[in-house]
Amino acid sequence: MSKSAILSSSIAKKYWMALTGLFLCLFLVGHLIGNLQLIFITGEEGKRAFNEYAHFMTHNPAIKALSYLTYFSIIFHSIDGIMLAIKNKKARPQNYAYNNPGANSSTPSRYMAVLGTLILVFICTHMANFWGKMHFDTIPLHTKTIEIPNEMGGEAQKVELYLTTKGDYVAAQQFEVRNETEFYVKDLDLKMGEGYKDLHGLVMSFFGQNKPGFDKNDLAPFAVILYMLAMATLGFHLWHGFSSAFQSVGVRVSSYKHPIEIAGKVFSVVVPGLFAIIPLIIYLF
Amino acid sequence: MKLTLKIWRQKGPNDKGQMVTYPIDNIDGDMSFLEMMDVLNNQLIESGDDPIAFDHDCREGICGMCSLYINGEAHGPDRGVTTCQLHMRKFSDGETIYIEPWRAKAFPVIKDLVVDRSSFDRIMASGGFVSVNTSGNTVDANAIPVPKADADNAFEAATCIGCGACVASCKNASAMLFVSAKVSQLALLPQGQVEAADRVLNMVKTMDEEGFGNCTNTGACEVECPKGISLENIARMNREYMSAMVK
Repeated sequence: MSKSAILSSSIAKKYWMALTGLFLCLFLVGHLIGNLQLIFITGEEGKRAFNEYAHFMTHNPAIKALSYLTYFSIIFHSIDGIMLAIKNKKARPQNYAYNNPGANSSTPSRYMAVLGTLILVFICTHMANFWGKMHFDTIPLHTKTIEIPNEMGGEAQKVELYLTTKGDYVAAQQFEVRNETEFYVKDLDLKMGEGYKDLHGLVMSFFGQNKPGFDKNDLAPFAVILYMLAMATLGFHLWHGFSSAFQSVGVRVSSYKHPIEIAGKVFSVVVPGLFAIIPLIIYLF
Repeated sequence: MKLTLKIWRQKGPNDKGQMVTYPIDNIDGDMSFLEMMDVLNNQLIESGDDPIAFDHDCREGICGMCSLYINGEAHGPDRGVTTCQLHMRKFSDGETIYIEPWRAKAFPVIKDLVVDRSSFDRIMASGGFVSVNTSGNTVDANAIPVPKADADNAFEAATCIGCGACVASCKNASAMLFVSAKVSQLALLPQGQVEAADRVLNMVKTMDEEGFGNCTNTGACEVECPKGISLENIARMNREYMSAMVK
């Protein structure tokens, strides 16, 4: 057979849809576990855990390779999906005057391309809000403020500390920050260590409305609502997509059909559901 | 029973076509849908109009000739039946019924409700066959042992009558259910192994070339199929295709 069929034949296109889709499901699980640290670990400990995790995710070479595979999957899944949708549209040039598709198929299964497009829009905004800032912007570093009681009486002295990648805290006033995260001894070319970008603080002020200790944000309720709507869209996409992927690669045979369908429905409710409650909890508490 | 029929009329392949409304009365609930169409056609002929063209042959639900997209569903609202086996008792007095031809690029309308399904024949010709010995010492097919489960699955796939309801119901006008049934009925049996890889590659290639859409696994085809051909056949075809591709 011609090698081009590996990309162009209708069935091969579905293999690619399925494999990239299932890989993205795995990515979702990993991403979710990371995000859950935002609500399950509180205080300075939570902030540290999340920022250390974010640093690990942006610096580990193995994760870097996985992230390129993820970008590739998102792009390939989108392009392949658009190509499939165009071919499918062409296959029925004239529509029925009266159609009743609800009698034979689920609503999400008929709107996969629309749901997918909405998810792609969400991914773009989501990456601009967090991924882009984490990778390319100068954002505040992880700091901790401690109070040293004034033994002579009077006001306590507030000291700002940076958390370093070695795990210790250093007094902020002794250093200047260069190259976004590097600590240098003031006026000297002496690098003393590296800090963590405070992604935790970025998330908290993004979804928390004027939270004490974080940047003021009046738009947080809209961010929370839009995020939750995006997760609902993702849920509908997965409601059909998860088990559909197994069908496309030919493993949804009678003995596995039921378990795969149940797993798909559970996955599509639990994973987007847990993603969605994180900003809500940040907003409310 | 009094009904309002909204029927697609199209003089020929190049005519634009339109929905035309026909009121009809005195329809008995025990009439089949095609008999109701016969009554309407008699009236049209008597009044000097052109009767409505529609496909039909055996009227026993086994030939796969009748079609019709009735009230938004292939072969109408009933399950597991072709249009000829659909009875008017499934409709209520005073109801409006929409009757349209199968809609697919690969099934062009010839006239009114008749579509050209020869694209299915071309798919079959590209691989839906097995080689047999014609030299005179033919082996009886029953002499070859076949596991019972395989024989049953092959038989179920072979019950496909090629009516095209799967294509008509599919939001993508995909022929996957039809092609997968034809691939399965042969791939499951020892006689079908010789051409197994070429068969699936060629039939899928022809299917794509004919302009059918892709499978989104909505399952509409399985629900509307008058013979209850299972989606499992599509999963099997996907496996067959994968193993043929790596060969």
